[in-house]
Amino acid sequence: MMSESQQLLRVRDLKLYFRTSMGPVQAVDGVDLDLDYTQAMVILGESGCGKTSLAKAILRLLPRNVDSYTGEVYLDGTELMGMDDEEFRHNVRWAQMSLVPQAAMNALNPVLKVGDQVAEPMMVHAGVKKATALLQARDMFRRVGVPVDFMSRYAFELSGGMRQRVAIAMSLVTAPSLIVLDEPTSALDVLTQANIFNVLKRLKQELEVSFILITHDIATSSELADRVAVMYAGQIVEVSDASRFFEEPLHPYSKMLMASVPRLRATQEPEFITGQPPSLLNPPMGCRFADRCPSRFDKCSEEPPTAGQHRVQVKCWLYE
Amino acid sequence: MSAIINENVGEEKLPAMETTPDTSKNGALLSIRDLRVWFELRKWGFGHAGYVRAVDGVSFDLGFGEAIGVVGESGCGKTTLMKTILGLYQPTKGDVIFDGTNLAELVPRQMRAYRSNVGYVQQDPYGALPPFMNVQRILEEPMIVNGVKSKEARDQRLRTVMSEVKMTPIDDFVSKFPHMLSGGQQQRVVIARSMMLEPKLIVADEPVSMLDASVRVEILRLLRGLQTSHNLAVIYITHDLSTVRYFSERIFVMYAARIVEKAPVDDLLRNPLHPYTHALLAATSDPDYRNALTFKEVPPGEPPSLIDPPPGCRFHPRCPHFMEGLCDVKEPPEFEPEPKHLAACWLLR
Repeated sequence: MMSESQQLLRVRDLKLYFRTSMGPVQAVDGVDLDLDYTQAMVILGESGCGKTSLAKAILRLLPRNVDSYTGEVYLDGTELMGMDDEEFRHNVRWAQMSLVPQAAMNALNPVLKVGDQVAEPMMVHAGVKKATALLQARDMFRRVGVPVDFMSRYAFELSGGMRQRVAIAMSLVTAPSLIVLDEPTSALDVLTQANIFNVLKRLKQELEVSFILITHDIATSSELADRVAVMYAGQIVEVSDASRFFEEPLHPYSKMLMASVPRLRATQEPEFITGQPPSLLNPPMGCRFADRCPSRFDKCSEEPPTAGQHRVQVKCWLYE
Repeated sequence: MSAIINENVGEEKLPAMETTPDTSKNGALLSIRDLRVWFELRKWGFGHAGYVRAVDGVSFDLGFGEAIGVVGESGCGKTTLMKTILGLYQPTKGDVIFDGTNLAELVPRQMRAYRSNVGYVQQDPYGALPPFMNVQRILEEPMIVNGVKSKEARDQRLRTVMSEVKMTPIDDFVSKFPHMLSGGQQQRVVIARSMMLEPKLIVADEPVSMLDASVRVEILRLLRGLQTSHNLAVIYITHDLSTVRYFSERIFVMYAARIVEKAPVDDLLRNPLHPYTHALLAATSDPDYRNALTFKEVPPGEPPSLIDPPPGCRFHPRCPHFMEGLCDVKEPPEFEPEPKHLAACWLLR
């Protein structure tokens, strides 16, 4: 067991259900997560598996139609779920954890200079003067590799890769200990993607910061991952060290997901997974992957236990 | 104009194409000759302010039943190239020759017939399907537009194609609307629609980039299956090198409105000749935890503006092998150091 003091984030039985006209959608359904300091965790999953909802649940960026939002979230040993929204907004979001949203290009304000936008969280959360905040922003621009004279430009004057870097600079400026990246490179070209990952790797070495990287792109996720969590139908089915996961995934879904990745440097033909994930309106009893699983057996109709030690955990009857 | 649209082309086959069937048999299905597609920029709405040279000197031949992959970054001109082949843009200079016929010589009626010979698979299936039509109507539309009057003939063709794209049981799908289908099923409908008129060429613009990993392979295999069973030629446009190898025989690499390297898939992956291809290959990841331990080598800078591209080789400002006085002065021609493996780079002279 790792000692508590090493843990930055500890999530227990987190649930986030949305209200819809057809009943509650169980987008996040009982997620446990542990993240150490200066670690990068990748959350892998296909569209609709609840990975973005998980990010929103951790950052408490909730839409209006929340049906229920329960569980425990500890950041740096502090319980967050008990905090009221105002306290959370003041002391946690931005100050301790920040988000680089999906399609960061559209997340920038078109009528503000990007330098001012990067400085803004500093002014709001650290209460510093604009000149000080701009100085800090300048340092962040340098770190993410955007020329400092771009600070007086507007978002539309920058290329996609540059905008993404600005969004990363903005998430860094308040020196949070956790940054959640939601599909940071899915809209970018290969070379730009490689550049952004170089920036993230450098930041991880230089600043003491942890990342949660949410993505469906298994190949590029390996560029940053220390730990990998695989999400399926609102639940985490496997958590493992990257060195272990990319060599030997354990859960049948993880295995099939890895086998579906086309590879450039190997000759094996990629395989696909037949069928579709279940609806989160009314997920099936027992294992949610059972319908598509080649190793299905009788027990799979019951809720599978989470097996394994601290470093590797699999939610599957095969590893009971 | 309306006279042309209302006119019934019927099931008769393209007059212009049928006059020259013999030239094509040993030749290419599609020949692109020094194609340039420029878009004029205007100042104040009327003054000339230069051109965006979206495609600037592209030549290649595509054989019957051949699948090629066109790889390049956004803004390199690959979509413009494709839309010119589909007849949606006019070439500024150069020729598009399909089955022995130059597209520039076709009158609008023949152009419409030409379009039934080329299928188009869009990138975003949900955006490409009209939300107010059910699957039956979507798939019938190309036949109605092209004057297939008999309801039975349309229905029969629809059933054949739907079973080819493995949308079975057919009766469950025909009455559904696009929003009721999953992403993979929507893309199947798009593919089925492109197949309705029995085209000879399919242009697929990033057909799997919007789909999940587990479905991608399924769709690529489906396209590959159709290609081989119908002897279809396919142009597969993508930015993802790792999927190309499972799909096409040859790869063209595009950079800043030009093709910089053309090669059979295995040759290109084994021995990339152009420095840009090198950079692309090096930047593409395979899932491997060791990736996190090293930094990637990426050429500095960004692709040039197509309004005012750099002189000589367009990659020279970013190239690690830049030779002063040559690369920035003279445009490199295509060299062929290995058979069928061409690259436009002065290193190969």
